[in-house]
Order: sequence, then C-alpha cells, then structure tokens
Amino acid sequence: MNKIRSQRPLSPHATIYRWPLNAIMSIMHRITGVGLFVGGFLIVWWFFAGAISESYYDFVSCIVTSIYGDLVMLACLTGFWFHFCNGIRHLFWDVGLTFNERNVMISAILGLLGTAFLTALSLLSIYFWYG
Amino acid sequence: MGFQTNFSKVDGLGSSKEGTHHWWMQRLSAVALIPLSLLFVYTFMQILGSGYQEFVDTYSNLGNAIVAILFLIVAFFHLRLGLQVVIEDYVHSKTWKVLLLIVNTLFCWGLMGVGVISIARIAFGFVG
Repeated sequence: MNKIRSQRPLSPHATIYRWPLNAIMSIMHRITGVGLFVGGFLIVWWFFAGAISESYYDFVSCIVTSIYGDLVMLACLTGFWFHFCNGIRHLFWDVGLTFNERNVMISAILGLLGTAFLTALSLLSIYFWYG
Repeated sequence: MGFQTNFSKVDGLGSSKEGTHHWWMQRLSAVALIPLSLLFVYTFMQILGSGYQEFVDTYSNLGNAIVAILFLIVAFFHLRLGLQVVIEDYVHSKTWKVLLLIVNTLFCWGLMGVGVISIARIAFGFVG
C-alpha cells in the first residue's frame, strides 16, 4: 500500500506533465525578452561607433554583419517578432479579452504563424533592399 | 520574551508601497513600443551594414532620429522592468538578487543614455 501511494503523482508536480503550447509560449516570451538585451546592446554599440568616427563605425559594422553577427541578428529578429506577437496576446488578456482555453490556443498558433510570417517578410525585404 | 502581537510585528513592514505601478509601466511601455519598434526596425533593417555616409544621412533625418531616440528610451525602460521580474523570479540568493538588480538598472539606463546621446550627436551634424 505504501509502495503504491509513493508512486502516485503529487498534486503540484509540474515537471511530469507534457508542456502545453501556452506554457512554451510563456517561457519563450521570457527567453526572447532576455535575449533581446544582446540585440539592444549591439544596436547601441553600433550607434556609439557611428557617433565616434568612420573607422570605428566600419569596425563595428564589420563585426555586426560578419557571419556570427548575422546569426546573432537573425536570432534577435526572430526573437523580436516572437516577443512582439506574443506581447500583443498578453495585452489582449490584460484588458480581459480572449482569456479562455480555446482562444488562448488559437492565439498561440496565430502568434507562431505571425512570428514566422513577419520574420520571413523581414528577410525578404532585406534581400530585396540589398539586391 | 516578546510582548508584541503578531500583527504589530509586521505592521508597517508591508508592501513596497508601489501597488500596480511596475505592472502598469510595463504595459504602457509595451503599447508605446508597438508603433516605435515597427518604425525603428523598418529603418534599421535597411541601413544595417551600409556605408558610413548612408548611415549618417539616415540618422541626420529628423524623423529617423526622433524614432530611434524614442525607441531606445522606451525599449530600455521596458527591458529594465522585464529583466527585473526575471531576476526576482529566478534568483533566490538575496545578495545575488540585489546585486543583479543594481547591475540591471545601471546597464539599462547606461545603454539608453549612450544610445540617445550618440544618435543626437549624429542628428545634430557633429559627425560625417
């Protein structure tokens, strides 16, 4: 009896459950938010260099647009659009709208589609601007 | 032996007297960032990786400079509030928590200041 009881899941035993989509969206919102600090830092560094001199600007620009810089910027772009779309979901909830199981699921999927669409649109725009 | 009641021991030690201020500021800056981030990113995507003269010309434009400065102010304000909550939620050592909260505040205000003054210097035509 004691053995059976010890194998039963305890109530607030969050780690044994499969993550619902909305929980993944929630933690991703935090991760992208923290990650965007890196993007913010790079943007300020880039502006700072531009305010100092042409040679320093070229140096920073070279780093930010290197292959590693491009990867970081791509991650920031995707993270930005995710945080943007998911943030709008949060604002809807904050005014009391779409706050039920079905709509939360729908808006989570819309948020992911929006992230994919806006990231793709941004990359296409960059591609066309640079020719 | 203490003669204070449980209530009088905690009376006056209560909340930080801020109520919903932090929450509200986070939402207010989030709403402001919807148009600001779109406008900023639209210009930034076109100009990142371009030559120096094109960069200076872009941010010498009054509209672009205003958008960039407002974006940096609101974005770093929003970032500081967000990182503060993350630190408060996940860092349980009091020493580290206070230390990280200080670093967070100084970094966010610092980067905001550096960014704003840099853009202003470009916009006012001191470089290029």
